[in-house]
Amino acid sequence: MAHEHKLAIFRGLVKFKSNTQKIWGVLIFLSIVTAVEVFLGIIKPESLMGQVLGMKALNWIFIILTIVKAYYITWDFMHMRDELKSLRRMVVWTAIFLILYLVFILLQEGGYVFDVYKDGFIKRDF
Amino acid sequence: MSTTVVNTGTEGKTWGGGNKPLDASYGKMMMWFFIVSDALTFSGFLAAYGFSRFKFIDSWPIADEVFTHFPFLHGVNAPMYYVAFMTFVLIMSSVTMVLAVDAGHHLNKAKVTIYMFLTIIGGLIFVGSQAWEWGTFIKGDYGAVQTKGGNILQFVDTDGHRVALRDFVVADAHAERTQHERKEGLWFVSEGTLPTYTVEEVLHGLKSHENVLVRTQIINEAGEKTVLSRAESLKQIKDNGKAVVEGANLHVNEYGSPLFADFFFFITGFHGFHVFSGVIINIIIFFNVILGTYERRKNYEMVEKVGLYWHFVDLVWVFVFTFFYLV
Repeated sequence: MAHEHKLAIFRGLVKFKSNTQKIWGVLIFLSIVTAVEVFLGIIKPESLMGQVLGMKALNWIFIILTIVKAYYITWDFMHMRDELKSLRRMVVWTAIFLILYLVFILLQEGGYVFDVYKDGFIKRDF
Repeated sequence: MSTTVVNTGTEGKTWGGGNKPLDASYGKMMMWFFIVSDALTFSGFLAAYGFSRFKFIDSWPIADEVFTHFPFLHGVNAPMYYVAFMTFVLIMSSVTMVLAVDAGHHLNKAKVTIYMFLTIIGGLIFVGSQAWEWGTFIKGDYGAVQTKGGNILQFVDTDGHRVALRDFVVADAHAERTQHERKEGLWFVSEGTLPTYTVEEVLHGLKSHENVLVRTQIINEAGEKTVLSRAESLKQIKDNGKAVVEGANLHVNEYGSPLFADFFFFITGFHGFHVFSGVIINIIIFFNVILGTYERRKNYEMVEKVGLYWHFVDLVWVFVFTFFYLV
């Protein structure tokens, strides 16, 4: 079986000579991202504590970095980069659409229930 | 292959059979579809976690204060370092897995064997770490008092540092309450382990230690838990204290809302189960590699398929790590 691997990441910014090299390159990148996450999680910089779109800016950074990690795990470790565009879209878009939908509904509802407890006549602090 | 497969004369035609839609083999494509459905299952859990957290957004436990332990370092406040280590172990075992897949493409049996072995070791270290994490979480550290309304009251000193129950409460040696076991009466009635102290003893200890204050679950504007005044602390424990909680299980949780413990056990448990089954599948494939099954097949695609599953487990952990420990 002939296996063609696409060896460029970051939209062609970094090109590797072999698949093995690319794997180590991606590992270094993922480790750096994880280290940044842990570092931010421990020091919790005051400047990132402001609210952005209903959440702390720091939390948004964590979520974005997580999606970046997920992208490189899927694309390079699971070889999604080498699959046909149609397979890629079937798997990725289906999951992303359904997950966004579910998360939106549940978080919206959770916030609503919080407001009911807070402003309504239900007492739970006793 | 041509000796075993009957040719139909329609090869090359779209419906002639033998086509690989999407250029992926049947097994690989089905593994992808399984991964999509499993990803939706995990998303369901994490979204439910988000729902409960948004519901109690002003009183949810702060993860940094819950996971502060590191093996062999007792009494050291090390938030997140151990989980970061676990994450790194899992990413590392993902790397050895993808290296095994790569060696499989070159039909290099020796390398596939070594990399599969390393992957299994990584998986075992991760599952072991998770067991340790669970043990620490269940055992608890400081202890707390639960109120009638199910809220958790913790104890701090005047500087805001946590104080463990054992540091200021003295158990009454003459207390009469003993654990009710099945052998003592009705065979179908029993109760769990009794906490070390009773609420009265905690109240007594609080009265005799001027520098101990009560901390509630409510998060104030500074993002920290509210600390009550001395008078208010005594009043809360006296009027509302119902049970002493040490550690966490599915009913009570000394770190805060019981839901936090429920989701922790359920989501990390479900993920740990995936890692465990991944290790088992990897071991099976590992032996197949050693026995030369894929060598004879001239095709290491099986390694690639379990590889997909293994990477998926890693992928899920990346999200669990973010939503349980970071956010």
